[in-house]
Amino acid sequence: MIKKMIVKIGFGRVFLILVLSLYLLTFIFSRSLFFESVLRSKNVLGDIILVLILVFVLTFFANLWFTNKKTDKILKGRANFVGYISAVFLGILSTGPIYMWYPLLSELKEEGLDTSLIAIFLYNRAVKIPLMPMIMFYFGLPFLLVSTFFMIIFSILNGYFVAKFT
Amino acid sequence: MTNYNLALKNTYNNLKNTLPVLFGTILLIAFVISVVPADLYSKFFTGNSIIDSFLGALFGSAAAGNPINSYIIGSELLEQKVSLVAVIAFIISWVTVGIVQFPAEALLLGKKFAIVRNLFSFISAIVISILTVLILRFL
Repeated sequence: MIKKMIVKIGFGRVFLILVLSLYLLTFIFSRSLFFESVLRSKNVLGDIILVLILVFVLTFFANLWFTNKKTDKILKGRANFVGYISAVFLGILSTGPIYMWYPLLSELKEEGLDTSLIAIFLYNRAVKIPLMPMIMFYFGLPFLLVSTFFMIIFSILNGYFVAKFT
Repeated sequence: MTNYNLALKNTYNNLKNTLPVLFGTILLIAFVISVVPADLYSKFFTGNSIIDSFLGALFGSAAAGNPINSYIIGSELLEQKVSLVAVIAFIISWVTVGIVQFPAEALLLGKKFAIVRNLFSFISAIVISILTVLILRFL
């Protein structure tokens, strides 16, 4: 039944409905737990709402300026230093769910794109400019800078190992 | 469709898919924190950097979805006194390792590619979390 619901209305909504049902049960059986949980949720939401708006504004601009046609043009046929740096930046700038990029990357791979560039691109999708305000809000600027630096470095190592072992 | 309209449509779809999961996650975390005693987390996370980062990376790898959720969960785990190294490994593996999307990645980009990439990303999450904590101590 849940599977059918997921297909019909999507995982996100089913998940939300299930959690709300849990809250409904809690309201019936334990009012104090219900109000404690609602208060905690309200506090978290109140903390993040402005940052969340900023995240979606930045996501809009990322969607506006970056398309997978541009990736195709820039990455094709480059497995050198420029290619690595391009893959890093394209990975950072890319938007949408990761699986959306698999068909394009698969096609580029068939056309001879080096697997190291694909791995670097996929790894850098973890570095998201629109989400940086959120990371800063929760963990601070030093954390953002240090972890981003290491992630970029390790993305290139990732590319190297993937190319070596595949 | 113009670029502007396409970007607006994509952002709307992103918002539509993200918000229910985000609200659900916030509500669920608030509930779990209210129910689970704070000292239970310390039974999973030992304070040992390598074990904690390994466990953090393991939980992060199994999860999927918008990284915003990982930040919210991560900050709550920190409040429950889970070590920073575990939380960083959790957040990084959430976005770099994809167990859920592994079948699609293996199908389209090759099984070997998907295994090596995800395995290395898992190890990277552990190493990065330890390095990040070490550097942050000096800042």
